[in-house]
Amino acid sequence: MATSRKQERSIPLAYAERYREFAPALPGADLPWLKNLRQEAIARFSALGLPSPRVEAWKYTNLSTLAKQPFVPVDDADIAVSPADVAALLPPEDGPSYRMVFVNGRLRPELSAVGELPPNVRICGLAQALTDEPAQLEPHLGRVAALNGHALVALNTAFMEDGCLIQVPRDEALEAPIHLIFLGRPGATPPAYHPRIVVIAELGSRVTLIESHVGAGQGVYWSNPVTEIRAEPGAVVGHYKFQDEGPGAYHIARTDVALAAGSRYESFVMAVGAGLSRNEIRVALGGEGADCRLFGGYMMRGRQHVDNTTRIDHLVPGCTSRETYKGVLDNRSRGVFQGQIVVHKGAQKSDGRQLSRTLLLSREAEIDTKPELEIYADDVTCSHGAAVGELDDDQLFYLRTRGIDEAAARGLLIEGFMGELADEIGFARVRDRMLATVSAWLSERREEAA
Amino acid sequence: MTGTPDSMRAIESAVAEKYKYGFVTDIAAESAPPGLSEAIVRFISAKKDEPEWLLDWRLKAYRLWTTVQEREPTWAKVQYPKIDYQDACYYSAPISDADRPKSLDEIDPQLLATYEKLGIPLKEQEVLAGVAVDAVFDSVSVATTFKGKLAEMGVIFCPISEAVREHPELVRRYLGSVVPYADNFFATLNSAVFTDGSFVYIPEGVRCPMELSTYFRINAANTGQFERTLIIAEAGSYVSYLEGCTAPMRDENQLHAAVVELVAFDDAEIKYSTVQNWYPGDENGKGGIYNFVTKRGACRGRNAKISWTQVETGSAITWKYPSCILQGDNSVGEFYSVAITNNRQQADTGTKMIHIGKNTKSRIISKGIAVGRSDSTYRGLVRILPGADNARNYTQCDSLLIGEQCGAHTVPYIESRNRSARIEHEATTSKIAEDQLFYCRQRGIGEEDAVALIVNGFCREVLQELPMEFAVEAQKLVGISLEGSVG
Repeated sequence: MATSRKQERSIPLAYAERYREFAPALPGADLPWLKNLRQEAIARFSALGLPSPRVEAWKYTNLSTLAKQPFVPVDDADIAVSPADVAALLPPEDGPSYRMVFVNGRLRPELSAVGELPPNVRICGLAQALTDEPAQLEPHLGRVAALNGHALVALNTAFMEDGCLIQVPRDEALEAPIHLIFLGRPGATPPAYHPRIVVIAELGSRVTLIESHVGAGQGVYWSNPVTEIRAEPGAVVGHYKFQDEGPGAYHIARTDVALAAGSRYESFVMAVGAGLSRNEIRVALGGEGADCRLFGGYMMRGRQHVDNTTRIDHLVPGCTSRETYKGVLDNRSRGVFQGQIVVHKGAQKSDGRQLSRTLLLSREAEIDTKPELEIYADDVTCSHGAAVGELDDDQLFYLRTRGIDEAAARGLLIEGFMGELADEIGFARVRDRMLATVSAWLSERREEAA
Repeated sequence: MTGTPDSMRAIESAVAEKYKYGFVTDIAAESAPPGLSEAIVRFISAKKDEPEWLLDWRLKAYRLWTTVQEREPTWAKVQYPKIDYQDACYYSAPISDADRPKSLDEIDPQLLATYEKLGIPLKEQEVLAGVAVDAVFDSVSVATTFKGKLAEMGVIFCPISEAVREHPELVRRYLGSVVPYADNFFATLNSAVFTDGSFVYIPEGVRCPMELSTYFRINAANTGQFERTLIIAEAGSYVSYLEGCTAPMRDENQLHAAVVELVAFDDAEIKYSTVQNWYPGDENGKGGIYNFVTKRGACRGRNAKISWTQVETGSAITWKYPSCILQGDNSVGEFYSVAITNNRQQADTGTKMIHIGKNTKSRIISKGIAVGRSDSTYRGLVRILPGADNARNYTQCDSLLIGEQCGAHTVPYIESRNRSARIEHEATTSKIAEDQLFYCRQRGIGEEDAVALIVNGFCREVLQELPMEFAVEAQKLVGISLEGSVG
């Protein structure tokens, strides 16, 4: 009885069973601490399996189609990609950045441009760091994104082949953003890759991270990135992500953030790509006065599936959190929003607010929302709101009376709805790119209709 | 440390509040031996003189239950030691069952005295309140009043076992039609062993002339109660049904797994109100009732309306989700709830609104108040199916925390598959505002009264949905769970 029920809760993944084959080729294979970590991770994954919808946190996102794909780890980096190929997939950058380009999860130095760094700032590839200075990574890797409970973090830890280490020293304010570009390139066999990004923002430092996930091609691939961020007291971290993977892609991302006293984390995630995507963020507010802001937008069409899952833990008194997610769902697409705020015992004066709003544009679209409050302290102010609906008839009528045709009027209203998010974004370049993404999505929709 | 010393004292004494209705009436009960088996199911059915089809239905449920024993739900945010279902008694009846009383005069005086202590003076109610009372004492109904008057209008209001005998075609048609025996673990158990409960049938076009009410009691030691209530409102009819409960103090945990089914046809309305004040256990969480209830209503016709109102202050554990299936076009579902938990009580309660028909509307107002070391959870589902054009839902869940050791949680699920549906959900969690307390104190209102006043205000939207008789009791109950606060 017990075993059959356990199987219902997990989906076997053939790919993971071949771990032994691939392990020797993974970076840092000769480091005992990393070997132990990876072995613990694969053991954890084998015990958990891929979560099935019977696992509460995965109730609305079913990975069974992913499990059926014959994924293979990326074994070689010799896929030819030119700078022009990368440029074609991204809007032009309107300012300087420290730029790193990854193809199927592997860093491509020839496409990257990190350039001159201020003293003691470290921005380097993970595989390279494991070769050159593993002692730098050892105290950080797998600490914020710990193995407990989450199968896909465990899988990432076992298989991670590359990624990025970012370390900003005390009181250093890094002006230009760090731009990480992940290019997915489906091949004859569908590739799976597991990038790991490790960010340490030391006391009073400032850093801005932009992730762009893009896909070159229609085929199937699986990106399973894990980002772990530690913000020391007073540090400010901006983290912006644009997910525009190819239509055949699975994008299952997880970000873990640990915030110390007086530190601040601002996250914005814009999702328009991938066949099936999930972006999960967990923030631990672990020092008084820590502040976290999570914002997100999604625009889906066809049969796309997008899942935004967040959990904010107020562990100590006096922290604030704000969260707003907005989305538009067309055709037969499906959106999921699960947002949990947990106020732990003793975390008095916690202030947490959350909002989720969704527009359904077609008869077949579906949204599943689960905002959740779990509160164990009495002196708190916490709230959540959720709204689901279609475009407002009165607003449409108003625009029509001004001589705007229906399609254009709808476009304007959608743009206005999503545009509200821009006000929340503290970084101007990201704001502009977000608005451009919305416009591009709408014009593609118009073209499709025409 | 937060809050003024005064308010902390208020909280501490609220936590120390003893259950006021704890006593045991000693009447010889004719009980089945403890344990659950096919033989017990047959025993219950035979005791009730039931037809073959009902026994078969019970046995189907029992057989299913034996195969799903490992599936006792674990998803709710409640913790309790594993229940030994073989340790409980599944049938007990007052000895006077063999010779049923025809009127109140024939009723065991000790039993009447018990009701007196509970504040349910049957005679007074009969004369003054105009309420027909179908009092369930343990598992058998012992008195039903106002039957004559109801019968004139064609309203059937009787114990379900009587309905099985007198109106088998109605019971057979509707029993299990809203909550099938395979619905969930506790509903399956109930289907196998239910002993009593109420049956209400309102004929077409009839507006039931009085509030129908039932007081449930759990008495003989080691018995759990498994009521089954079935209410059918034919087209154009209206009924308001009240259910209220208190239970004597005792130490063993008692299982209560009731099932309530409501069916409303075209233009019919059912209003179902509950005040639940069963023994919650002592301040250390010892004893208390386990209240695992399945309540569901089906709006089968156009413009049908089902409204659930509940005030939950008792039970050690509450697991209860009164729901509405909005099948008929333009049908309406409502859920108004106040849940107060104190000491070590745990409540996981909420509702499900399933929108199937066009223009269906639902409204959810939930107020949770957690005190002491208790946990209160709202868990709800709003599901809009593709055909539910122009469906509307409004949900508001507010939680109030009193004390540093309690927890309040909100777990709403919102699933929409129709773009023309509009769903709004709001939830807040906070503590009693210092400025409100200060304002009251400044006007010479005692700390304890001020807390009760503010909490009553917090619950107002729900309490005002209750019928008069209950509104008074409910307001008193809210006060009771918070009173004795100023030393």
